[in-house]
Amino acid sequence: MSNLILKDHIVADDWTLVQLPKVEQEVRMQAGKVVMFKLTGENTTSVEQIVNTVIPSTGKVIVPLSVYLARKSELTSRLANKELGIWLATHEVLEHLTAIEADLNVLPLIGVHVERFADGRIFSIGNLLRTRYGYKNTLRAFGDVLRDQLFFLKRSGFDSYLIRADRSAEEALQSLKDFTQPYQGAVDNTQPVWRRVNRSA
Amino acid sequence: MYKYDEIDQQIVNERVAQYRDQVRRYLAKELSEDEFRPLRLQNGLYIQRHAPMLRIAVPYGMLSSKQLRKLGDISKRYDRGYGHFSTRQNLQLNWPKLEDTPDILAELATVEMHAIQTSGNCIRNITTDQFAGIAPDEVIDPRAMAEVMRQWSTFHPEFALLPRKFKIAVSGTKHDRAIVQAHDIGMEFYLDDNDKVAIKVWVGGGLGRTPILGSVIREHLEWQHALTYCEAIIRVYNLHGRRDNMYKARIKILVKALGIDEFRNQVEAEWLHLKDSPNTITEAELARVAKHFEAMPYETLPAYDLSFDAAIASNPAFAAWAKRSLHAHKTLGYRAVTLSLKPHGKAPGDATSEQMLVVADLADAYSFGELRVSHEQNLILADVKLSDIYAVWEKARANGLATPNIGLLTDIICCPGGDFCSLANAKSIPIAEAIQMQFDNLDYLHDIGDIELNISGCMNACGHHHVGHIGILGVDKDGSEWYQVTIGGKQGNDASIGAVIGPSFAAEEMPGVIQRLIDVYIQERTPEERFIDTVRRLGIAPFKAHVYADKNLSREVKNEAAHV
Repeated sequence: MSNLILKDHIVADDWTLVQLPKVEQEVRMQAGKVVMFKLTGENTTSVEQIVNTVIPSTGKVIVPLSVYLARKSELTSRLANKELGIWLATHEVLEHLTAIEADLNVLPLIGVHVERFADGRIFSIGNLLRTRYGYKNTLRAFGDVLRDQLFFLKRSGFDSYLIRADRSAEEALQSLKDFTQPYQGAVDNTQPVWRRVNRSA
Repeated sequence: MYKYDEIDQQIVNERVAQYRDQVRRYLAKELSEDEFRPLRLQNGLYIQRHAPMLRIAVPYGMLSSKQLRKLGDISKRYDRGYGHFSTRQNLQLNWPKLEDTPDILAELATVEMHAIQTSGNCIRNITTDQFAGIAPDEVIDPRAMAEVMRQWSTFHPEFALLPRKFKIAVSGTKHDRAIVQAHDIGMEFYLDDNDKVAIKVWVGGGLGRTPILGSVIREHLEWQHALTYCEAIIRVYNLHGRRDNMYKARIKILVKALGIDEFRNQVEAEWLHLKDSPNTITEAELARVAKHFEAMPYETLPAYDLSFDAAIASNPAFAAWAKRSLHAHKTLGYRAVTLSLKPHGKAPGDATSEQMLVVADLADAYSFGELRVSHEQNLILADVKLSDIYAVWEKARANGLATPNIGLLTDIICCPGGDFCSLANAKSIPIAEAIQMQFDNLDYLHDIGDIELNISGCMNACGHHHVGHIGILGVDKDGSEWYQVTIGGKQGNDASIGAVIGPSFAAEEMPGVIQRLIDVYIQERTPEERFIDTVRRLGIAPFKAHVYADKNLSREVKNEAAHV
């Protein structure tokens, strides 16, 4: 049974996730918009990894951002056929994508991988993709995705959630409805409560 | 104070249901320890040495008598008959059962209370001046904005899982009493040249392992933009703050690493996109919230009250208490009254269930049914008529709430320490009690005068030891408990971080060490000097010399290194 939620339904996953081949890990010493020092300590992707990434020749695929950036030319027909999505990890720099892709809506799907539940960067990334970069297609969270993130993910612009394999997507659906009338404006509803309803009564 | 409408009540009720289900899943082993941790922390539940600790939110320190009665009731039924008021103006229960916590939260919801975001890596309870709304030196009453910010930060989806905890303080007075410079974001409200409410914004302050005072990121921000500007700051932090090392994860580390100018550039660039977005506060919304903080229905009274003056003249014990415990009020004939939670020899900030009920009664009888919690861990009746003060004193004294030590050496700010907290390196409460007994002479205490002594059981600095005139930090050395002493810290507009005087001490040495610091002050002070003034004038050298006079000075100084 599929563990993928799209909007508020469980659906079959017709996308194939393409992973980078595992290598011995090198610690990236820099992060952040202005690269000054080791801020986050995430791993980088090596040239070998990018070259050695195997992309299935048919069907819908979600490729890593770094692979897309380096190998875009070989993926143009897939892109034109709407068979190509990309995914990025929470420490990757969104602007690397927006710099080469003026309109992100050529991509039918963007995935964001969250390695640990506690990594809240995913919320800012979702927000930026929707509000800053005008992305309108499917935005999927995957990785350590558990039901207690869903309400926040939804409010941050995600509309698809691949629940971690050992947990029930059915139960997770409940959490999309945790709160009826949240206080602040966010991506899903930009109006804060005081603009949404008349509270002066 | 703020009263919930249906929307506020619904959010709190839905939170109880959500949390109840999280606990159910944890007990059913559907959630692992690691998965449950961030969930319970966001609801103020710690797993401590003896039992869970539940931290209940007291937004910006305001409580109604009804709420305090409920807290008294809960602490009696679900705990051991007392609670601990913390330096973030919250209330902590030290002995609840995990299984009971959903019920406790359900009971709190009936009096418009909760434990939302009292812990965890999210925006915490917003704190402010305990004299907000009544202080004569107040320019802007910050409470309406604090409430607007409380609502905005509650379950803010983008900032639910930050790199580390995030603390905001607001203040609207000339003399800062909210230590805005020691917060992740500090907001100082003032009237600008056009008589409009504006905000001076500080960022990157904090105590903890790396104490640092905040930097000014913006001198002038129109109040309407308070939320969107915070969103810009916290977004930059959320994306770029360190997540690989929890000791380097606070925003202060990012601000320091980038430099305030570069950090400001990034925030301002982000804010260009957020400015004027729907979270911009409207006049109507601020007015709606501000209505809840309108002035109390004060009587028109003369500046003096004969019965009060007579009691002061005839009763030295009352006079001694009044001298320390009364605070000026905007309205003629009224005073704010601090009830001391620092009786000598008891854990600072603790109140029994009975005391909570007594204070609730006092608030109903003499202070419009409201009270405040101060970050110095005392309770305040903010609006008492001069003619009622004697009656308040009598009842407070009969219930152990009238120790005349407010602002004196034994009004110690102290974290729960190693007796309760699993983070602590050392106990803090027994040190506080020993010092209180050493100085258990009221005339002497009054002679020593204004001084702040802060104790933290570890470098997380819940006792704010860095900004104490005397600060004590519990450290672990080869598995035993030692205490490092700093002097010259200060909160307020001229805040400073204390300097370490030398190698640390054993617990039993601590009362003597404090005695020697006080001896140097008594000997060296000029008539108008407080302890902190003498330290600032002389530096730490004479204090250090006297404290270590008969100690083996070749002793290792390795604990100093740990402090840097």
